[in-house]
Amino acid sequence: MSDQPILSVEHVGVRFGGLVAISDLHFDVRPGEILSLIGPNGAGKTTAFNVVTGFLKPTTGEVRFKGASLAGLPPNRINRLGLARTFQRTSVFPDDTVLDNVLIGLHREDGGASLLDAIFNLPKERAGEAARRAKARELIEWVGLSARAEERAGSLSYGEQRLVGVALALATDPSMLLLDEPVSGMNASETKNFVRLIRSVRDKGVTILLVEHDMPMVMEVSDRIVVLNHGKLIADGTPAEIRADPAVIEAYLGKSAATREAEREAAHA
Amino acid sequence: MTRYLPPVVLVVLALLPLGLKDPYLLNALITGGIFTIGAISLNLLLGYTGQLSLGHIAFFGIGAYASALTALGFDVGLFGDVRVIHEGWHPFIGFLVAIVVSGFFGYVVGRLSFRVRGAYFVIVTICFAEVVRLVALNWIELTQGPLALTSIPQMKLGFPGLGELTLRTKVQNYYLMLGVATLAYLVVARLVHSRFGRAMRGLKENEQLAMSVGVNATKTLTVAATFSAAIAGAAGSLYAHYFRIIDPDVFLFAYTVTMVIMVVSGGKGALAGPVIGGLIFGTLPVALRPYMAPEAQWIVYGAVLILILFLMPRGIAPYVDDWFAARRARRAHGAAPAAKPQLEGQR
Repeated sequence: MSDQPILSVEHVGVRFGGLVAISDLHFDVRPGEILSLIGPNGAGKTTAFNVVTGFLKPTTGEVRFKGASLAGLPPNRINRLGLARTFQRTSVFPDDTVLDNVLIGLHREDGGASLLDAIFNLPKERAGEAARRAKARELIEWVGLSARAEERAGSLSYGEQRLVGVALALATDPSMLLLDEPVSGMNASETKNFVRLIRSVRDKGVTILLVEHDMPMVMEVSDRIVVLNHGKLIADGTPAEIRADPAVIEAYLGKSAATREAEREAAHA
Repeated sequence: MTRYLPPVVLVVLALLPLGLKDPYLLNALITGGIFTIGAISLNLLLGYTGQLSLGHIAFFGIGAYASALTALGFDVGLFGDVRVIHEGWHPFIGFLVAIVVSGFFGYVVGRLSFRVRGAYFVIVTICFAEVVRLVALNWIELTQGPLALTSIPQMKLGFPGLGELTLRTKVQNYYLMLGVATLAYLVVARLVHSRFGRAMRGLKENEQLAMSVGVNATKTLTVAATFSAAIAGAAGSLYAHYFRIIDPDVFLFAYTVTMVIMVVSGGKGALAGPVIGGLIFGTLPVALRPYMAPEAQWIVYGAVLILILFLMPRGIAPYVDDWFAARRARRAHGAAPAAKPQLEGQR
């Protein structure tokens, strides 16, 4: 059962006019794993995220989620299928409190109440609202922001805003979560807590696709890593395999460094 | 503290006619109040979804015409030999028809134009208002064109078991306006505090993020536009039955500007905003009249607007809110007043 991928990116290519952002991207994500997508700046990672979540249409290829094609679906529909994401920079609604942020994420949990129930504040609506608030508090506690619940999200530190972003994404009850550079701008202890959070999200059965520059963090948290360079997939394997992959070393450090490394190894052998 | 303000204001406004017998002042309050209802409806769009409708008067005017024509009756030839003949109905039915018809047009404009946002939406709404004005001007068989629809019946309210009341006096019309305004305020308040309102706020603050958590932008904005237009239509109906005459000039751009000024000065995105703005700009011309010529009045009007926006860029209501919040924070933290960060320039 776990062989059936939850997400398949099938030969996706993205071109902006003459510029090739992604030439041919092809990988699968298996249910329950933490997969990291890494690569040097400009490799096309965020573009790949935007294609998967419907913010960009691929020029060629397609993305399948739980076996169904996502072609032509707008972001809000894709979210409803159970695919949630966070954003690199703006991960919160800055003018709302943390609680209201998460409540926006819960706006679809109607509890059977219609627009008219809402306007007349009928019992159904009140029950739904109470349930939404309870769930929001629970999510906020889970990411560890209870003390900040009533504060304006825009006034929180970067690290805390990322946590709000995660709570907001989880509010939509996804089966898969895409995290776009979640620990950039976090200090060491915040990163450590975040790794713990990612693991606990996965343990709840949510598959995770991660884009991140913090290599120690990626190596620690990932079950598997795929490496993107110049819009192409150059490696796919466990953290240990990726660390030893010459193509990856070349992508990150340049050709001469890779060659030197090989020469040194040859000399030692 | 600010929680108790709306009911207090309502009580004060409800007691006002008891001490105010001057029909000129009362007339100004009713007119100002009707446009304040329009401003409340505009605030739902402009303040909570961030979309500026510069053709908002179209929904107001459509409501006025729909209500007047339902009450007066009409006899119109359509294509071929088809004629639509309608005998006049009860004016209260006209009021309901106005809400439904305006809401329908709001729905259509919302569907069409929320595929385009920002500046394009503004342009679509301006064009829509102009087209509707031209129809009102030229479809003479239905609207009498520039000759105006006259002798529109006064609003009548039926009370079960008590008979029917025709609203002839200004005081009665004042209370009708106040009742409808209160209702409009409550509907908007419920809407923006519900999960629909949260989706609206999300779209305004960060559209991409909102879509990523499943907010259907077109649907949410269309709901807002429909309600906004329906409430504007209700205001238009009050206008028609109070003045008892309407001509295509109800679609003038200047009326939209009046509503926008009320919302922006009072504070867009705040429930109290259009009410405060409406009270100021609805009564200012009247208050100034004994002291200066009309030309000078308009200058003061402009100066007050500039002054408000210069001192309180987000409008009066958010400014007062911030002030209370800062004071609460000062008290909570004892001394050392931490300056509350202002949000200006963020949006």
